[in-house]
Amino acid sequence: MEGVEVVFGYPGATTIDIHHYLLDSPLRFVMTRHEQAAIHAAEGYARVTGRPGVALVTSGPGATNTVTGLAAANMDSIPVIVFCGQVSRMMIGNDAFQEVDIVGITRPITKHNYLVRDTESLARIVKEAFYVATTGRPGSVLVDLPKDVISGQAEFKYPGKIKLRAYQPHLEPHPKQVAKAAELILAAKKPVLYAGGGVIMSGASEPLLALAERLNIPVTNTLMGLGGFPGTHPLFLGMLGMHGLYQANRAVQECDLLIAVGARFDDRVTGRLDQFARQAKIIQIDVDPTSIHKRVTTDVPLVADARLALASVLELLGEAPDYDQAARREWLAAIEAWRAEGRIDYHHLFEPIQPQMVIETLYQKTRGRDAVITTEVGQHQMWTAQYYSFDRPRRFLSSGGLGVMGFGLPAAMGAQVADPEALVICVAGDGSILMNIQEMVTIVEEKLPVKTIILNNGCLGMVRQWQQLFYHQRYANTILGPGPDFVKLAEAFGAKGFRAVTPEEVGPVLERGLAADGPVVMEFIVCQQALVYPMVAAGREIGDMLPYVAEICGQD
Amino acid sequence: MENGAKVIFRHTLSVLVDNEPGVLARVTSLISGRGFNIESLSVAETMDAKVSLITLITSGSPPIIEQIIKQLRKLINVIKVVDLTEDDYVEKQLVLVKVRAAGQGDRSELRSLCEIFKGKILDVSSKTYTMEFTGNEKKIRDILILLDEFGIEEQVSTGLTAMARTRMFKKERKSA
Repeated sequence: MEGVEVVFGYPGATTIDIHHYLLDSPLRFVMTRHEQAAIHAAEGYARVTGRPGVALVTSGPGATNTVTGLAAANMDSIPVIVFCGQVSRMMIGNDAFQEVDIVGITRPITKHNYLVRDTESLARIVKEAFYVATTGRPGSVLVDLPKDVISGQAEFKYPGKIKLRAYQPHLEPHPKQVAKAAELILAAKKPVLYAGGGVIMSGASEPLLALAERLNIPVTNTLMGLGGFPGTHPLFLGMLGMHGLYQANRAVQECDLLIAVGARFDDRVTGRLDQFARQAKIIQIDVDPTSIHKRVTTDVPLVADARLALASVLELLGEAPDYDQAARREWLAAIEAWRAEGRIDYHHLFEPIQPQMVIETLYQKTRGRDAVITTEVGQHQMWTAQYYSFDRPRRFLSSGGLGVMGFGLPAAMGAQVADPEALVICVAGDGSILMNIQEMVTIVEEKLPVKTIILNNGCLGMVRQWQQLFYHQRYANTILGPGPDFVKLAEAFGAKGFRAVTPEEVGPVLERGLAADGPVVMEFIVCQQALVYPMVAAGREIGDMLPYVAEICGQD
Repeated sequence: MENGAKVIFRHTLSVLVDNEPGVLARVTSLISGRGFNIESLSVAETMDAKVSLITLITSGSPPIIEQIIKQLRKLINVIKVVDLTEDDYVEKQLVLVKVRAAGQGDRSELRSLCEIFKGKILDVSSKTYTMEFTGNEKKIRDILILLDEFGIEEQVSTGLTAMARTRMFKKERKSA
């Protein structure tokens, strides 16, 4: 009915009945080894396909283990529907075995949730859950299923189309606002397009590219937006924000018009808010009215689906819009100068291996193969965002809003399930990979040829970086011990393992690892002291970037 | 509004919601979860049994109130949110007060206060009167100040509930 083909999850006492029927169903059940991973896998699946991801878990601990995944999917606006078992209705409220008020627990971290009170309303609620999760600003939805509701009987009536009185997402842009936006765009001398995850969710890459090219507007992406605009395009500035590229941050700080498309002015993007894009008028396109005027005041708010809004703006602008081309040439020249000025040389041939060099080499070796790259959270995540160019949407999967360590490996698993032929690579650190390492079992057993790259710097690098720069080099609880032997660990799980220790080994290990059949782990022993640059210190405006303004170092 | 750009900090919001279990929790936890405070709250079923009306009072600068209203509208079970403060409205609150009423003088004075403020005496003992008053916030506050001179032993109050006034004349719509 909803086109679901795969369910991720873990069985338990309260969901036995469902599993009993799943055995004879065409639905594929992918059994993860932890419920958290099931939700991240469903999210990975949803991000790659654009269709909702579905998970099924049991009550109590099964349900509480979904909390991180539900919050992560919701913050990143990814449609994920989690069905979880619940104790029988007569037992609810009795502190029964494996009972927990999961609807209460997940209320603030889901888009919506349901406790199904009778078998008759089950079909309607399932329909509603899919509808709510996938429309408007998508998000996560949880459906709590008491055991006796599941085993009960009712006539099956699945609603064809539904309309909820209290929920009607606004998708069409207001013509007056479109006209105002077009006017500002034509008048701007130094415009920047600031494109976020909304571009990917709504499938707005095409009109975004058209708008950028038609008026020669440079584009910067948020972490969530990467791939929404071709990463190799000359108008692309790279990611902006705390670890944004020099030219991207400078352009935003100097622009006279900022066109936000499906982006929500996250604090990691804006830095010091009252200084953010301080000379710019702001157009904000967002399907979620609460994103507008939340952090910044917008000159032209456009509450609408990003694709529809951009298409309307383009239509109004016409094929050959009349704008100040001389001013634009000057603006693009300034940006090219920043590009040159901001280039960072990280001494890629030095020993030990510089982590950025691994990502750059990975990009060279996989270029043109339309790889799906997932990441965990930390330094490796930022280096991937900076040094890997994504030319297509739905190819970079990273936990943006919630920042979940432990996301990357299960998300890669979900992506590989969604697209069995794709080259799926999880880039991880030695810290975060261990947060869901048990999923190597699922990957091996489901025969998913996921390639995992571990940048092993022996520490929790991002926190260590803050300690180095702002906490007087006191490395409290961030230096990890020797850790496991990741090559042997991979082999113990039934995967292949490779390791590179010197810069010369990086290329060959990547080649061998990527060419090998089945799941592979490639470990790179990298420089512990390597820093993610550029970096905007907390509380600074995003134009003040390390290492270019070195005096910030050690002051906070 | 006649008095122009004066910033109003206190807002009475009328929130129409699906009458379902957990909806009140959604509304209140949304507000507290985003760091805002509810000063007064009242909830009851409407004429349509499937719909409840929540009247809540909260304070904040205009952008905060805008954000609260938008966040409330975003809840799947919230049908409509009206900021009554934007326009003319009537509000009422009910308060029950147990007042010390020992001497004959006090007792007759309390009875006349009760009459002036259109209250009711609900319970009488040799030492106390329990009285009921309804009114807007200011009236209730005035009553309590007066009764306090006799000695208030106990006091409970409902939240404010409110309704927009029907316009007598067609006014020009405010520009958005």
